[in-house]
Amino acid sequence: MNFKLKIWRQKDAKSQGAFETYEVKNISADTSFLEMLDILNNDLVHAGKEPVAFDHDCREGICGMCSLHINGHAHGPAQAVTTCQMYMRKFKDGSTITIEPWRSAAFPVIKDLVVNRGAYDEILQAGGFVSVRTNSVPDGNAIPIPKKDADESMDAAACVGCGACAATCKNGSAMLFVAARVSSLAKLPQGRVEGARRAKAMVAKMDELGFGNCTNTGACQAECPKQISIAHIARLNREFLAAKLQD
Amino acid sequence: MALKLDSKIPAGALADKWSNHKAAIKVVSPANKRKLDIIIVGTGLGGASAAASLGEMGYNVKVFCIQDSPRRAHSIAAQGGINAAKNYQNDNDSVYRLFYDTIKGGDYRAREANVYRLAEVSNLIIDQCVAQGVPFAREYGGLLANRSFGGAQVSRTFYARGQTGQQLLLGAYAALNKEIAAGSVKSYPRHEMLDIVVEDGEAKGIIARNLVTGEIERHGAHAVVIATGGYGNVFFLSTNAMGSNGSAAFQCYRKGAGFANPCFTQIHPTCIPIHGTQQSKLTLMSESLRNDGRIWVPKKMEDVEAIRKGTKKPSDIAEEDRDYYLERRYPAFGNLVPRDVASRAAKERCDAGYGVNETGLAVFLDFKTAIERLGEDIIKQRYGNLFDMYEEITDVSPYKEPMQIFPAVHYTMGGIWVDYNLMTTIPGLYAIGEANFSDHGANRLGASALMQGLADGYFVLPYTIGDYLSKKIQAPKVSTDTPAFAEAEKAVKEKIEKLFSINGKQSVDDIHKRLGNIMWNNVGMARTKESLEKAIKEIQALRKEFWTDVKVVGTANSFNVELEKALRLVDYLELGELMARDALNREESCGGHFRSEHQTEEGEALRHDDEFAYAAVWEYKGMDKEPELTKEPLDYEFTHRAQRNYKD
Amino acid sequence: MSCFLCNSSLGKKLVMSVTGCCLVLFLLFHMAMNLVALINPAGYNTICALLGANWYAVVATVGLAALVVLHFMYALILTVNNYRARGSQRYAVTANEPGVEWASKNMLVLGVIVILGLLLHLVHFWSKMMLVELMGAEGTMVAGEFVHATDGATLVAFTFSKWYNVVLYLVWLTALWFHLNHGVWSMFQTVGWANDVWYPRLKCASKVVSTLVILGFAAVIVGFFVMSICGCGVEVCTDACCAGHNHAH
Repeated sequence: MNFKLKIWRQKDAKSQGAFETYEVKNISADTSFLEMLDILNNDLVHAGKEPVAFDHDCREGICGMCSLHINGHAHGPAQAVTTCQMYMRKFKDGSTITIEPWRSAAFPVIKDLVVNRGAYDEILQAGGFVSVRTNSVPDGNAIPIPKKDADESMDAAACVGCGACAATCKNGSAMLFVAARVSSLAKLPQGRVEGARRAKAMVAKMDELGFGNCTNTGACQAECPKQISIAHIARLNREFLAAKLQD
Repeated sequence: MALKLDSKIPAGALADKWSNHKAAIKVVSPANKRKLDIIIVGTGLGGASAAASLGEMGYNVKVFCIQDSPRRAHSIAAQGGINAAKNYQNDNDSVYRLFYDTIKGGDYRAREANVYRLAEVSNLIIDQCVAQGVPFAREYGGLLANRSFGGAQVSRTFYARGQTGQQLLLGAYAALNKEIAAGSVKSYPRHEMLDIVVEDGEAKGIIARNLVTGEIERHGAHAVVIATGGYGNVFFLSTNAMGSNGSAAFQCYRKGAGFANPCFTQIHPTCIPIHGTQQSKLTLMSESLRNDGRIWVPKKMEDVEAIRKGTKKPSDIAEEDRDYYLERRYPAFGNLVPRDVASRAAKERCDAGYGVNETGLAVFLDFKTAIERLGEDIIKQRYGNLFDMYEEITDVSPYKEPMQIFPAVHYTMGGIWVDYNLMTTIPGLYAIGEANFSDHGANRLGASALMQGLADGYFVLPYTIGDYLSKKIQAPKVSTDTPAFAEAEKAVKEKIEKLFSINGKQSVDDIHKRLGNIMWNNVGMARTKESLEKAIKEIQALRKEFWTDVKVVGTANSFNVELEKALRLVDYLELGELMARDALNREESCGGHFRSEHQTEEGEALRHDDEFAYAAVWEYKGMDKEPELTKEPLDYEFTHRAQRNYKD
Repeated sequence: MSCFLCNSSLGKKLVMSVTGCCLVLFLLFHMAMNLVALINPAGYNTICALLGANWYAVVATVGLAALVVLHFMYALILTVNNYRARGSQRYAVTANEPGVEWASKNMLVLGVIVILGLLLHLVHFWSKMMLVELMGAEGTMVAGEFVHATDGATLVAFTFSKWYNVVLYLVWLTALWFHLNHGVWSMFQTVGWANDVWYPRLKCASKVVSTLVILGFAAVIVGFFVMSICGCGVEVCTDACCAGHNHAH
């Protein structure tokens, strides 16, 4: 297969970026999208040019590092997968593929297709944890948890923190990410204890970092590689409002 | 001068060693902890849990990772689960049984005391993670669920869907975040350690490169902890993340830390086979699939050929024409034999010509029987996400046709040598998790890597490091304005300049792929004296080629992935040779290390306990010089070494 | 409390949700009231009279106006925030995410159309009814005829005899339909009363409510237009009108 690639190139955070066009040839349909970029990069290196910088690591869809906006979709046109899990058979031979970095004020571009997602870490540092000390905990089976609750908690915990939700949202809102963490812990008795404090602190941090407001479009859940439901956003809303009403 | 190896194994009965040791080692008072700095490199299960625990205790911790967030360390990729001797399933499990299975699984090449401690704290890990809000799978009664894993006859593996590693790391990362918020830990993401600084024989800090700006930074501390995982990417193709590398560990080796058992590499039996030359990594399918999947190849060569040609589908092959070779060879454990055994058995069948894809390097993992027995819904519940992932990659639905699998490099049991306190041969330098060598011997059991990372980070290192730091309470802040730091920084900068100056013809990946081929063909699943000697020669030649013909584009003072890769390849090119040397030295077969010259009549690994019951610890002597071997004898006081038997 | 309604993203959204909810309830009431005009013009005028410049009606009107202003101002503030959050560099290529309603991404545009329609509506009716009464007048001249301030039915009949008004109002209602379609279930989501089981139900309820509202309004508009071209225009300014007028005093 052959493709024309329109890729965003930007030297560093301060520089102005622009699209550049490249061609890749003889790509097998079984090649993953990132392997296709590896091939392009190897060619660029041989030509003495700087390869395209993009974030990636595990290449099995779980680390959340890869972050490409492909043909208008976060993680590309395939559903429920990260960029690294997308294979070239999903694209039409001979087509032009546009690749952009995540675009969100809270995710500034570092270089080419690499962005800084430190804001997500900061939100979790604001309260995305259970305050327990190492070794001062009861037996794992001391508190039974209904299977349904544990499963729902796991649904939310599947979030890999890739940033596709905020990158996709027309409002640049990080609500799905924040909700996934708040909701996951809210469904467990261990997390419930400081649920109110957590919801308030994480929402406050999210606002402070310049993320936008959720308008319930559902674009985030449509592009989320882990298919996290906006029902978790509803739970976050509930947790937050209940906490605020008790202030 | 050979290395002085004092393993500091406490005396006493096996079950008392850890308690006795904890009681004997020194502690640091809260007021003094505030004055002590610790650097932790790596934020996987080991690094994150250690950083969180040490921060909580009151130390000043600096934690470094190469990814954009601590949460992305490769521990997340572990799918299957984590072992613990809880005996929740009432199948007569115990700390001793977990210890014994691990020792046996490791083919009697691990330290008894370490492994027993690991089994002992395994239960605490589950409690800790539950309290952190890790959503482990549960039964309808609300209690924790378990599944079985290879190498064990009890069901002791705890799991969170197919994402156990991710969930455990999120727990440790959350604990880390709590400490970052409290100010006791400072996080340095997108930073790579390029050297360790040793002053007066003690670890005093690191030289790190800010991967965004390219700036070379000095960081000083009273102790340094290496938690950077394994070096499987020497093989280029492995199940490791693209960024996983052996460089931090290798710098320690260069600066004088002993490197133990480098040749012990685990080849995981259930990976998706290689499809072409452009592939960048191998995808693992969780070992948990072997709970319900049955591994086979056709009995008849004509069926093999028909499948390769596409004239027959695997599902067309009649039951009696299938060779369920694991069930045939190992009736007691069947498809749940340890990884090394399963991998070698697959290789044996493929070498005999029964490989089922075009490359001849694949066997079937079939769920037909399980679907008939349990129904598609249950199978979907158990493995749905894995099946989807498989279909996404290969375009074949495992509900209809069997999966194709083949072994791939997965984990490195070898690593930096550490004593019982997890301290390396350099005082003040510690290594935890996959980065050290201590707990898995020659082969690691499934669901034990997560266990070791968290055991070291939460429950072992936070205590043992105090024993060393208690001697440092009078020490002032470590100054980075010293000749040792200046020298280390200068060396790093010179290395980077040298790499840019070569301006040759081959890209870093070109050379890395060639190294991978040498390693896989000669230092892979079956090794011989000839292949290893060949590998050493070829690697040496390739290393020369690298230093004269590599092309590194871009600049030093910017975000430069090519430079990062080049710096890592520098170390792989030496590490590969070290692995081959160690494999050559070890004239026996054990666990993941299989020397074709040493096998039983039935083709099983043949150990030579009289000669090789030791950990081979290597000391660096220079880039093109032979390293020096020191042996740490492994005395088995409490278990009887036997030929591993998974047949009955 | 007051703080988080102004500072926090979720607080602002709560304001949107609650004001939106009140406005939907008002629309339902207004729609029901309008239907009376179709069935019984005299009855309609009785209601008009009841809701004339009486204190409770004036208070309610001020309240309604406040709701609209709040809803709109918050929408503007949120949109500006959102635009900033998106960053200065926009995507060169965008695509529709599967399952995302068009309305949900265009609520502000729809809202502006609704507001414009509202202004037109105020000119057509409120300025000739409540405003006239508040100014102390009895009525106003419409197309050369005196129309009493509580004679809603005549105003309705007159306004919707003009085809361009009918078209304008139908466009307005279409925008309102889309706006409500997203808005109704969205207000439940924002206060947290939603989950995966209830989404289909809430979205269905949204469609039902918005369609009911719009059909109710449209029935009156189209009904009066048809009557006007059939020549059976309603002659209402007789007893009913005066009756209403008398009641009002």
